[in-house]
Amino acid sequence: MFDVDQLACQRGDRLLFRRLGFSLKPGELLRIAGANGMGKTSLLRLLAGLSPPAVGTLCWHGTSIHVQREAFHAALLYLGHAPALNELLTPVENLRFACTAAGTPVSHADCVAALSQIGLQHQTTLPCKVLSQGQRRRVGLARLFLAADRPLWILDEPFTALDADAVAGLTATLDAHCAAGGSVIFSSHQDVSFRTPLRILDVETFAP
Amino acid sequence: MNTFFSVLHRDILLAWRARADLLVALSFFVIVASLFPFGIGSEAEQLRTIGPGVVWVAALLASLLALPRLFAQDFDNGVLEQLLLSPEPSVIWVSAKILAHWLTTGLPLVLIAPLLGLMYRLEPGATQVLVASLMLGTPILSLLGAIGAALTLGLRGASSLLALLVLPLCVPVLVFGAGAVDAWAGGMSITPHLSLLGGASLAALALAPFACAAALRLACE
Repeated sequence: MFDVDQLACQRGDRLLFRRLGFSLKPGELLRIAGANGMGKTSLLRLLAGLSPPAVGTLCWHGTSIHVQREAFHAALLYLGHAPALNELLTPVENLRFACTAAGTPVSHADCVAALSQIGLQHQTTLPCKVLSQGQRRRVGLARLFLAADRPLWILDEPFTALDADAVAGLTATLDAHCAAGGSVIFSSHQDVSFRTPLRILDVETFAP
Repeated sequence: MNTFFSVLHRDILLAWRARADLLVALSFFVIVASLFPFGIGSEAEQLRTIGPGVVWVAALLASLLALPRLFAQDFDNGVLEQLLLSPEPSVIWVSAKILAHWLTTGLPLVLIAPLLGLMYRLEPGATQVLVASLMLGTPILSLLGAIGAALTLGLRGASSLLALLVLPLCVPVLVFGAGAVDAWAGGMSITPHLSLLGGASLAALALAPFACAAALRLACE
């Protein structure tokens, strides 16, 4: 479904990795491992189509993602390092905007439900600037509940700043997504156990 | 279209929540324009001659003041990345952002300009021409400025670089904008000036969002 071949990434003068390839099928869970600065985030950004690869091909259902950008991005949910929130907006406003901008408008009630599901039912009307780091991450992650129909999730360090309960909730969500036929690619330093068999791709093995 | 209106709604809402920033740009406009009589004396005839030009220069500087914020916040907190991942063409939401920027920074300048016209003792007719020229010209400032803001995104000293990039490009707008009022005062037709401003506005409207979207894509790579 998602085939990556001979991928190389260059940042400035430095070659981060080369000849990286994998193939992801529906229902698979892939963890990107590697030490800091080895190119995990760069790889995830390449996979999401945010930056073009120096060399290599990325194919979604057999066609390059750069040829069918709109179809690929309609099937993708990418959550980056930053939680993509504006400090002056409330979690509901942020979430609703993020979903509409991504091409799937949702109702106010759906957003409140998603936020309650992730444990933020009392913070829905507060501006995001008063939320803690972990709560902000949760607002970003609430999008997962509203994007179950997107087959590919790419998550950059989703477990950062989360407490034990939230980590358990997130693993359950990722498991459920894989069980429903979706695929997840995520990067993490933590060892988290999943019900779905976990594939691990170590960026360092592709370092030049 | 959903994307267009949700971006427009969000940016206007954000401008309203941070309305102190908008007041700063507006007060800057009024203060810059009010400084000139102190520097060059308050002779009525002289003020009437320089008035339109001063108001235009002040409008240009004031619109520059708000430009660095156009994309910087969204760039820092990752919203821009998410917008680039939208299945909609990026020109749509870029246009919405520029429109929201003009509505919240350009339009207030146009609306407050008659007050400055009064200060410079412009005749009512001249003030009307001034407002019309600002109405047609300030969108160009927002559109050209947006390209500059996108190109300088994430750079060190972005705001000063932005001024260096955008100000020279705005010279024609200034010439025809202030020129329209002079033409009216001289009893000539103002149609050529306003037509040129309108034409430039439409050309910028057609081209700037594409340039801006391309620059934003580069900035996020």
